[in-house]
Amino acid sequence: MERIDFQQLKAGEVNLGTSIMAVQFSNGVVIGADSRTTTGSYIANRVTDKLTHVHDRVYCCRSGSAADTQAVADIVHYNLQLYSQSAGSPPTVHTAASLFQKICYENKDGLSAGIIVAGWDKEIGPSVYNIPLGGGLFRQPWAIGGSGSTYVYGYCDATYQEGWGRDETVNFVKNTLSLAMSRDGSSGGVIRMCVITEAGVERLFIPGNELPKFWQGTEVLSALKSKALDPQVVPMAVE
Amino acid sequence: MTSIGTGYDLSASTYSPDGRIFQVEYANKAVENSGTAIGLKVKDGVVLAVEKLVHSKLLVPGANRRIQTVDRHIGLATAGLPADGRTVANRARDEAANHRDTYRSPPPLKTIADRLGHFVQMYTLYSSVRPFGISTILGAVDKDGPALYVIEPSGVFYGYHGAAVGKGRQLAKTELEKLKLSELTAREAVMEAARIIYLVHEDAKEKEFELEMSWIGPESNGHHVAVPKDLFDAAEASAREALVSGLE
Amino acid sequence: MDHFPLNWGRPRNDAIDLYGTYPIAPRNAPKDTFAAGIQHTQQPIVTGTSVLAIKFKDGIMMAADNLASYGSLARFRDIQRLHPVGEHTVIGAGGDMGDFQYIQSILDELMVDEFSAHDGHTLGPAEVHNYLSELMYARRSKMDPLWNSILVGGVKDGQRFLAFVDLLGTTYSAATLATGYGAHIAQPLLRRAVEGRENTLTEAEARKIIEESMQVLFYRDARSLDKYQIATITSAGVHITESLKLETSWSFAEGIRGYGAQTQ
Repeated sequence: MERIDFQQLKAGEVNLGTSIMAVQFSNGVVIGADSRTTTGSYIANRVTDKLTHVHDRVYCCRSGSAADTQAVADIVHYNLQLYSQSAGSPPTVHTAASLFQKICYENKDGLSAGIIVAGWDKEIGPSVYNIPLGGGLFRQPWAIGGSGSTYVYGYCDATYQEGWGRDETVNFVKNTLSLAMSRDGSSGGVIRMCVITEAGVERLFIPGNELPKFWQGTEVLSALKSKALDPQVVPMAVE
Repeated sequence: MTSIGTGYDLSASTYSPDGRIFQVEYANKAVENSGTAIGLKVKDGVVLAVEKLVHSKLLVPGANRRIQTVDRHIGLATAGLPADGRTVANRARDEAANHRDTYRSPPPLKTIADRLGHFVQMYTLYSSVRPFGISTILGAVDKDGPALYVIEPSGVFYGYHGAAVGKGRQLAKTELEKLKLSELTAREAVMEAARIIYLVHEDAKEKEFELEMSWIGPESNGHHVAVPKDLFDAAEASAREALVSGLE
Repeated sequence: MDHFPLNWGRPRNDAIDLYGTYPIAPRNAPKDTFAAGIQHTQQPIVTGTSVLAIKFKDGIMMAADNLASYGSLARFRDIQRLHPVGEHTVIGAGGDMGDFQYIQSILDELMVDEFSAHDGHTLGPAEVHNYLSELMYARRSKMDPLWNSILVGGVKDGQRFLAFVDLLGTTYSAATLATGYGAHIAQPLLRRAVEGRENTLTEAEARKIIEESMQVLFYRDARSLDKYQIATITSAGVHITESLKLETSWSFAEGIRGYGAQTQ
């Protein structure tokens, strides 16, 4: 069946192949992303920052087309500045997420953007919103997105627990992203994270050569080494 | 021979009234007329040696080999009709290649011996063919260690610790039985093999012969190859020496 | 967005890599009336990426990483893509790993045949390369190609040999060779480092050149891995290393923020 391909990347378009994630905890949220940007299988940028500031305590994680998500984030950033100036107070995370959702939904035919919005506000504290491809808006305690996320749903389901503090949450994000990056060719590089609390935004950075290690496959040569002649195997003695 | 003139020996597909197949027994005669071939299965490998009788001084030295390679780790020595030996070796190579193709692993010697046994036996069933006039010593170091088999013209095959076929087999077997095969190294076995071939040749007072020796063991990296020249020369020299001192 | 219920719940286009773990692109579905006939391999499935090789003073050095991808999924991370053929030759392959394993078994059978002949002759890299080129061309002529790009390197009788052959049977030879992304990214680096110095480069220098090129490939190829192996072929024979880990550097990126004006 021929697919309608209005939504596909334009030829040569830069893609945030991506593993992104956001998790709320008692008094804040942790967001994280890998740093790989690809055109096809070429890594156009290996140190991309996919954690985008849209207001003081609200960030988004971008996946999909780099051009589309940057344009959308810029528009939301502009609108949140207008909002905070006219309202006289910072926007809630829900306000920011709603702006993203509106743009994504109304332009769903033209956009390739999967965005996670997360942050802290005075009204409800920490929160995470997921806006996947069709332009829906979903609040979740934790959200993952991008091509790499498909490999780690099981890990997240098996690992996540309510009631974590900051450090446990940071570890969860770090491990999840590392697992996704190790399996997904469209994700990789470094891990960038932000911890967003009432007090402020703390940036965390895990270099690509210091990622948490999990099973990496067996040793290549040892598995292939032919069984050496076992000296224990001897012919029966002739009586 | 009781079979001559009875009519029961004209075809491999005919039994004699007492249940023998004379064509197969004649094939064994062809083996008995041939220069001796021996095989030694020892602690860490297998050694094959052949007394190749040279019927003409005009022959190029080293021609008409009677030890052949079947696979990297499998060798074979024949006693009997040389042309039959080449046919069986070619079939053995096909069987080995077929095993590798099917199972993506080196064939165990037992599998090859079994297949070749069937192949040889097929030539004892029909009036249109003659049984192979050879006995084949198969040697290998496979996944289970050293292995040695002999296939006879009837198609039966047995596993051995030490094997001898051909003209001097009786004396060779006696000599092999004196050895502690399970304690020898392949290198030591080469010396013994050369000695035994020289001994049985002297005993028969035959014409000229060439010694052929191959081995499979740690020093050949598990491959079936000719015994290296320096070791071969040492073994041959020591065999001659043993002969001289034995005669005194 | 999609009027076909069969497509609901799926990524909206498998041809692009949005969420695709399914590498068989629908754009390759038959479109003409003749395509309904015998279908042969029309795309690689489990794939390896670049292979690099250079000449140096004493022989040939070749490298390939340990990854076999399934589309964008890094599916097998412990695959050896360098394969010794006899005492004098190593082949390294990119492209379909199933086809590569088939090629390995074909060459292995060939080497057993040659060994059994015991005629004092062995096949060197030039013979292996020519054999492969004929095999690859024969298969492409059956419209059923072996989907690989292969480097063949070796030393025999004091002669170094390094050449390329691909799924069409195309061949060429040079002092530096690379397949796949390596042909675009690493080949210029290799040429700059090697050309004109093939007869003076030491093994240590060659190794440094290979390591640096593998590092750049890991930085820029989204189907690559930081685990790789190096094969060295000299008159002393073939040596293939255990898996090596690439050294990489990332610390410079710590201060980068956003994609333009963002500072926090």
